[in-house]
Amino acid sequence: MQERAKPDPPGYFEGESMTRRRAFTVGAQALGGLAGAAIVLPAVGFAVAPIFHRGKERWEAVGPVSDFVEDTYRQVVFTETEGIGDAGKTTAYVRKSSEELGEESGKFVAVSNRCAHLGCPVRFVEAAGNFICPCHGGVYDFQGKRIGGPPVRPLDQFQTRVRKGQVELGPRYSVTNQLDPVRARDPGEFTGGIWEYLYPPRPSTFPAP
Amino acid sequence: MPSFPKPKIPDSIVPPPLRKPGKPGTGGTPKGQAPSDLKTAPPERQSHGDKLLERGKEAPIDALGWVDQRMAASGFLTGMLYRKVPKGTNWFYTLGSATLFAFIVQAVTGVFLAMFYTPSATQAYSSIAHINNDVPLGQFVHGMHKWGASVMVILIFLHMGRTFFFGAYKYPRELNWVIGVVLLILTMTMAFTGYLLPFDQRSFWASIVGININGTGPVVGPYLSDFLRAGPELGATTLARFYAIHMLLVPGALIALIGAHMYLVVKLGTTAPPWVSAERPKGASPLAQLDAGANGNGRVNGAPVSGEGSNGASA
Repeated sequence: MQERAKPDPPGYFEGESMTRRRAFTVGAQALGGLAGAAIVLPAVGFAVAPIFHRGKERWEAVGPVSDFVEDTYRQVVFTETEGIGDAGKTTAYVRKSSEELGEESGKFVAVSNRCAHLGCPVRFVEAAGNFICPCHGGVYDFQGKRIGGPPVRPLDQFQTRVRKGQVELGPRYSVTNQLDPVRARDPGEFTGGIWEYLYPPRPSTFPAP
Repeated sequence: MPSFPKPKIPDSIVPPPLRKPGKPGTGGTPKGQAPSDLKTAPPERQSHGDKLLERGKEAPIDALGWVDQRMAASGFLTGMLYRKVPKGTNWFYTLGSATLFAFIVQAVTGVFLAMFYTPSATQAYSSIAHINNDVPLGQFVHGMHKWGASVMVILIFLHMGRTFFFGAYKYPRELNWVIGVVLLILTMTMAFTGYLLPFDQRSFWASIVGININGTGPVVGPYLSDFLRAGPELGATTLARFYAIHMLLVPGALIALIGAHMYLVVKLGTTAPPWVSAERPKGASPLAQLDAGANGNGRVNGAPVSGEGSNGASA
């Protein structure tokens, strides 16, 4: 008969890969981990879910077609975010598209007043024909292209359409330096080229027109 | 090694079970022998009132003793409160306590502000206006919270500067520096999220700028912005989110980490200022001291520590 230094622990059998004690330790910890995950994962998912949620597409009429001309902007205020009263409103500068500037005729251009630097409200200065930001001195030309100051890209625009003789504004989109539409980016983020990857489009924004 | 007399802990704060018994022969009466003055003048009988008074005097100590028998906290507390500090400890060493005090002010005023504040996009501004205009002392409590936030940020930076310039972040206190940096970040998070809560024009636009600065981080920045705003635009859920972070998430983490921070301060002791040089034992040559210094020799950061060791908590 083979002699052992220690007696077999309770439940020992030939060829066991794990002691009973260790199996229970691992099992209890696994159960504890499962219970922890059952609490933490839904909570974290709950907190980060808005990243993946896209709201309903919203269009709002801002005035009859005859209100808007080619050579200057008209300021309109409409609701971009619902449910927070005046804070959810945003300002756009709207004009008819101009063939002189190489734009498709018969369309409407709606430039957002959100500065592409850090999101302050810019205003259109008629005498200069430029958009000027009061916060850090960003300057944009008539089409919204950056011509001075810290902004990193042209001003955002809103999609436009005409329904029942009314100009309607829709989702926001950003543009590259050549005014090519891309998905909406936050202020301070570059657009075009490699920046499309360094500042990836967010699932919460609408596809560019 | 200079030795200082141990601080005398008044008997009244030491619970009876922990009090040292008197030395033999110093008190009481030897066994089997009447006190000499007992023979000439027998002691007056204590009146009932006197007995009550005596018991009344003992009552708080007895109560403390009752608690301490079950918690056994007095050893830890006396060790913590009577711990040794190095020579040269000065007013700069109070900046950490000052920051803690500022935090306590924020916590207390914040709790009372929460009794009147409504974290809803449509009511937040009017509830703050109500606090400021109608609630008795409301403007004062709101002002304490608002200005106290700036005070706390300033103090935490001064405390960090003191630690840095005194070299107090070095071994073995690196972990406490790391915890301190996390506390700094959490404090800035508190300041950032608290700024939105009044929901006026200033806080609205400042939060937009702050979130957009967050968003300029490559790759993760845009998603971080969406997380902070709870969507593509700053809205009602942003306010609720900032409120929850400001009221529930960060304060809990702050309190836990302040506990860990202070535990390490007590456990490791504090450093002497850099201008206090190491003391050598009399007669020892500088070279011998160098050899001995390698073994620690009861010094931390080369500075002398009064008392019997560097570890104040061991007292």
